[in-house]
Amino acid sequence: MTNLILFLTLALVAIATALGMLLSKNAVYSALFLVLNFATVAVFYLLLGAPFIALTQVTVYAGAIMVLFLFVIMLLGTEELPDSQVLPYQKPMAIFLSLVLLIEGIYLILQQKMPALVSNNPSADFGSPKAIGELLFSRYLLPFEVTSILLLVAMVGAIVLTVKKKGGQS
Amino acid sequence: MNMIPVTYYIALSAVLFTIGALGVLIRRNALIIFMSIELMLNAANLLFVAFASIYNLLDGQIFVFFIMTVAAAEVAVGLALIVAIFRTKKTIDVDQVNMLKG
Repeated sequence: MTNLILFLTLALVAIATALGMLLSKNAVYSALFLVLNFATVAVFYLLLGAPFIALTQVTVYAGAIMVLFLFVIMLLGTEELPDSQVLPYQKPMAIFLSLVLLIEGIYLILQQKMPALVSNNPSADFGSPKAIGELLFSRYLLPFEVTSILLLVAMVGAIVLTVKKKGGQS
Repeated sequence: MNMIPVTYYIALSAVLFTIGALGVLIRRNALIIFMSIELMLNAANLLFVAFASIYNLLDGQIFVFFIMTVAAAEVAVGLALIVAIFRTKKTIDVDQVNMLKG
């Protein structure tokens, strides 16, 4: 019972912060709402027995990625954009289609026979850094190494895209 | 009772994903569109972890780890692109950015 209350409270916070992100006029507020959302999802990961993923979520998503977002928002000075609706029917249409997507999705979920209940106290070993590390360096060794190349390429790409040419503009 | 039906997690994930998709459709600020994409990735990650927990397999969590890496790379390159667009167009309103030529 306590777990259900915990789940519902966290779900409420997650949905509220996601809506706050969507509806804030100011991009800085959106970013801060999203940080709170990521933190809430990290707590869900803890509930589901994934402590390593939860802490990765906090450091990588709520930490590194959102700091990068805030940095770019403040660097460009584009917290608020003037309202410019090129297609007036776009907003109602988008809301309608999203509602259709949501109802469709939930209806299909209720049709399925779902396997089981999620246990909220898995064994201490499940999802520990040790278990994840052993799997990463045995069965998933090649994808893990490819990931490092991907990060290198992303780093080089970001530098190439933003570097200013000598003499010229941008 | 320490159990929660997995359907709840799927429904939560569906709601978060829909909010993300709605954000991509109705917001015109390129940065907020980008944040909505992150929200959708997060919804998918939540499902991966929920199912990893049901089937008692760690592979789902490894997938989340890889998705996070790809998301980090995507954010680095995407924000660099937005900065480059801002330098030439002086705006990041996606309605104003409708020409390929600078």
